[in-house]
Amino acid sequence: MPKSSSPKAVETLTFEEAYAELETLVESLEGEQKPLDDALALYERGQALIKRCAALLEQAELKVKQLAGEDVKDFDVEDE
Amino acid sequence: MEQLSLFTPQSLTVTEVTRRVRMTLEADAALQDVWVKGEISNFSRPASGHLYFTLKDAGAALKCVMWKGEAARNRLALRDGMAVEVHGRVSVYEAGGQYQLYADVIRPAGEGALFAEFLRLKALLEAEGLFDVARKRPIPQQPKTIGIVTSATGAALRDMLHTIRRRLPLVEVTLAPAPVQGADAPPALVLALQKLNTLIHPEVILIARGGGSIEDLWAFNDERVVRAVAASAAPVISGVGHETDFTLTDFAADLRAPTPTAAAELATQITTVELAYNLRAYAGRLESNLQTRLADSKIALATLAARMKYFSPARRLQTDRQNVDELARRIESAFAHRLDMQRAHLSGLTQKLAALNPLAVLQRGYAVVTRAEDGKLIHSAQQATGGLTLTVRVADGAFGAVVSDQSQEG
Repeated sequence: MPKSSSPKAVETLTFEEAYAELETLVESLEGEQKPLDDALALYERGQALIKRCAALLEQAELKVKQLAGEDVKDFDVEDE
Repeated sequence: MEQLSLFTPQSLTVTEVTRRVRMTLEADAALQDVWVKGEISNFSRPASGHLYFTLKDAGAALKCVMWKGEAARNRLALRDGMAVEVHGRVSVYEAGGQYQLYADVIRPAGEGALFAEFLRLKALLEAEGLFDVARKRPIPQQPKTIGIVTSATGAALRDMLHTIRRRLPLVEVTLAPAPVQGADAPPALVLALQKLNTLIHPEVILIARGGGSIEDLWAFNDERVVRAVAASAAPVISGVGHETDFTLTDFAADLRAPTPTAAAELATQITTVELAYNLRAYAGRLESNLQTRLADSKIALATLAARMKYFSPARRLQTDRQNVDELARRIESAFAHRLDMQRAHLSGLTQKLAALNPLAVLQRGYAVVTRAEDGKLIHSAQQATGGLTLTVRVADGAFGAVVSDQSQEG
């Protein structure tokens, strides 16, 4: 795996981005033997991705919008 | 000619008469909750939204009106000549001086007319291949965006939002509101589907409404709606009515759910619970990978250290020392061997020597005789001349002797 030139800061990733990166990271880590330095760096990145995903899962709040004509506006959700 | 009474009863006004007629009609229970069958004529729908038409059969005609409110719930596209059954009450429009049927429900005439229409349309669309299994598209397991087509005020929407929020709140939902029953419903449902597909592009669309009578669900059997569902760019999950309700929309959808809630569940097959579980699994794999990696490195290091030790000067010294020991041992053993040989040789010689010791012969009774004067060995009788002094040596000593006689053996 070529070293990712400049991986995006974990805090800016969406859940899907972080989750997908985590998936490939773990698989590549398990796939081929890497220099220990690289393996350690991947491990740390993986830990950060897991933290990011967990936080986003924790905070997730359903976003509901509504079409009004050609516009999209927020939909007021009142859930009993 | 009979004289009119001077005190004629006061004449009734038109209004009073009309009211009496109205009250008479309204007192007849059979006319206040009645189904009337006939054929529609003079159908009109002015801007007010009310529907006006005349029901007629071979013998009579009956004026009908359906107010806007009821008209909105009407699922039938009315047209002249249509055979229908109209439910309502008979009363009087006083200002017009006409009695009429105030309609609240209109259904196609004839037993099973709806079902016949359903079967006809189903066969038609089926023949077109609209319901083919091959057309069904897979539903994304974990969509980021979900479109919903349903009434903004119905329980169905509440149920679906509740389900999605509970299972996968990462989703972004866009509602395209549309009435789900009445004559306005089909075009509104079609428009809602089209707008979602062109403006929002959700990964999956739910089209749903809660339970109701077969008439209530009829919009979802409308040919326009069914075709729009089949034509949707995003895969569609239908959740119309209850478990036992099947609409043509269900057949055209990529996936049919028995209820709106079930539709929302099918659109969120992977939930946050599973995602959290997967995250823990990834964390475990990451951790164990690192541990294995570190353990491997330790082993590799230990192997290297062992190899270095093998080639170290200390190790060489040890080897040399061992070699010296080995040599010493071999020398020692060589010496020992030679010593043994010599020892054996010596012992042989000693035995030989012992055998040759003349004294040993004397012990067996022999004697050595020498001339006393010079010690010369007498080994011939001729040497023993008479009177010669001899020394006789036996085993335990010697004594002198004189030759007295001489004899010679021959």
